[in-house]
Amino acid sequence: MSAKQFSNPVVRWIDHRLPVFSFLDHELHEYPTPKNLNYFWNFGSLAGITLVIMIVTGIVLAMSYTPHVDHAFDSVERIMRDVNHGWLLRYIHMNGASFFFIVVYIHIFRGLYYGSYKAPRELLWMLGVVILLLMMATAFMGYVLPWGQMSFWGATVITNLFSAIPLVGDSIVTLLWGGFSVDNPTLNRFFALHYLMPFLIAGVVILHIIALHRFGSNNPIGIDASGPQDTVPFHPYYTIKDFFGLSVFLSLFAAAVFFFPNFMGHPDNYIPADPMQTPAHIVPEWYFLPFYAILRAVPDKLGGVLAMFGAIAVLFVLPWLDRSPVRSARFRPAFKIFFWLFAIDCVVLGYLGGQPAEGIYVVLSRVATVWYFLHFLVFLPLLSVFETPRPLPQSISSPVLGGGAALAGAAANAAKEKV
Amino acid sequence: MRRSLTAILLSLLAGPALAAGGGDVLIKERDWSFSGPLGTYDKAAMQRGFQAYQEVCAGCHSLDLIAFRNLADLGYNEAEIKAIAAEYDIEDGPDDDGEMFTRPGRPADRFPAPYANNQAARASNNGALPPDLSLIVKARANGANYLYSLLTSYGEAPAGTEVPDGMHYNAAYSGKMIAMPQPLYGDDVSYADGADSSAEGIAADLVQFLAWTAEPKMETRKRTGVATMLFLLVLVGFSYRAMKVIWSDVKKA
Repeated sequence: MSAKQFSNPVVRWIDHRLPVFSFLDHELHEYPTPKNLNYFWNFGSLAGITLVIMIVTGIVLAMSYTPHVDHAFDSVERIMRDVNHGWLLRYIHMNGASFFFIVVYIHIFRGLYYGSYKAPRELLWMLGVVILLLMMATAFMGYVLPWGQMSFWGATVITNLFSAIPLVGDSIVTLLWGGFSVDNPTLNRFFALHYLMPFLIAGVVILHIIALHRFGSNNPIGIDASGPQDTVPFHPYYTIKDFFGLSVFLSLFAAAVFFFPNFMGHPDNYIPADPMQTPAHIVPEWYFLPFYAILRAVPDKLGGVLAMFGAIAVLFVLPWLDRSPVRSARFRPAFKIFFWLFAIDCVVLGYLGGQPAEGIYVVLSRVATVWYFLHFLVFLPLLSVFETPRPLPQSISSPVLGGGAALAGAAANAAKEKV
Repeated sequence: MRRSLTAILLSLLAGPALAAGGGDVLIKERDWSFSGPLGTYDKAAMQRGFQAYQEVCAGCHSLDLIAFRNLADLGYNEAEIKAIAAEYDIEDGPDDDGEMFTRPGRPADRFPAPYANNQAARASNNGALPPDLSLIVKARANGANYLYSLLTSYGEAPAGTEVPDGMHYNAAYSGKMIAMPQPLYGDDVSYADGADSSAEGIAADLVQFLAWTAEPKMETRKRTGVATMLFLLVLVGFSYRAMKVIWSDVKKA
């Protein structure tokens, strides 16, 4: 790390002994970033900010929440009614979970489209998958805390899945429950873990950022920056772009919180949990629906659980399934088609996860599940062998290759050098 | 063997009928003053709905989450709220002798429940449990319209439909058989302001009142929302302009 000379003497004194200012300057100011990032690259910082929003509102909510089966539901309603701005905190936290997943899913699909998981960013990608898994666990446990009907029955269905694991399954379920059914001990440990896990996520996010800053961001063209003419310093160029993205994101988030706060929730969760009465349809939150569809598509319980976890696990090995040296889908015509088919497949799975498991829905779920795995295990490996990518540009600054176009690129470069 | 065949045939016949009974419930859509991003509650209607709740619903349905002090949202002043609370007997205690006692209600008290516990409620209602109404509008899909429809869709069962003992035909209820007897016939309450006291009028007033009990902070929420959105839209404009200015010296390609 270069010892930068700061003009403020206090900053200089501290930085000489504790180089936090040099560190921040290096990672957030001069950090060279490809100049051609599009708006899909906003979603990383948005995810980080949403995590902070969730942690801050969550801590304040925890001050008024009571993790006990007899009081949890009423304590949430007390937050909604009697705690100053409690309704706001709770609606931000509740909708924040949905928006966190919206942002992260876009972030993931951006990575899939532009090949951001490829060398040398495999560990960066895998850390991201770890974050996704932790988020899912956190969101699931958080949904249990208000102790409404869907909280209780969702917890019952999902924890029961673990009983499918051979030999140790029942012991794991007992451990999750802290007893022999979903009850007060379950609520207590879910609350403890729900409070803990966001900080684990924050830790993995730091690793994710360290790995990111090793080679810098990928970009829409997917080729490495070849020099300073291809990059701009992170500040002010991307700080302001991220800030603009944040203001748009917050506008949509606020619209949901203030005007449609229960749109993404389920009415049944405003009914206090009743272990004696099963709701007509037990559905998880929308962000779990694709995985729920995969779970139910497999007729065998253990098979369904394996398929559901396999749907995430396959992401870990994605960098070794797609061996094409070309990152960006812009230069991979066949991959681009399969990417969009896969995206549609995920939306279809999400729709099917919200439908009752009967009739045509089961058949469609199976087709969509098979397609999901075919995409990763068959199509991507085959594409990397048989697809002929389009020619890549020489650099980010001259994205067009050959003939007059190359001349135009050179002209642009020349113009750039004057600046 | 023959018996099981008959059973299968019967279930095949009954299947579609049951599906039809459970599925196509009749929901009447109404324009509510509180729907939409700027909607507000109608205070006069809420006061009438509160009166109807007291005179019609409160015999069986509790309102656990509402305290008398909350009635200020309906437009009652402090003296009126004290007077309303004092009409109720609240069990308190134990006193210095270890005895429970009843006293007149105070604004800080919550509405007392009609039954001591769920078992007592079921025992008095043919085994059915009258749900607490505090959150009922949020706890049902399309809650306001659903509740309005439920209250106004009682009637004679169509020919051929048998209504079991203790059940009532209601076109808006899932399965069309509901344990709750018809609560509104029209003129069930006499309104001091001379408002419409038909069954539909009272039902609409009750929906206003119960929409408020489910979401008492709705008006504050929407007002805060408007201010927040204005701020954010200005922020979007300024940050977009700032971004364009900062990026103006970077060549695209």
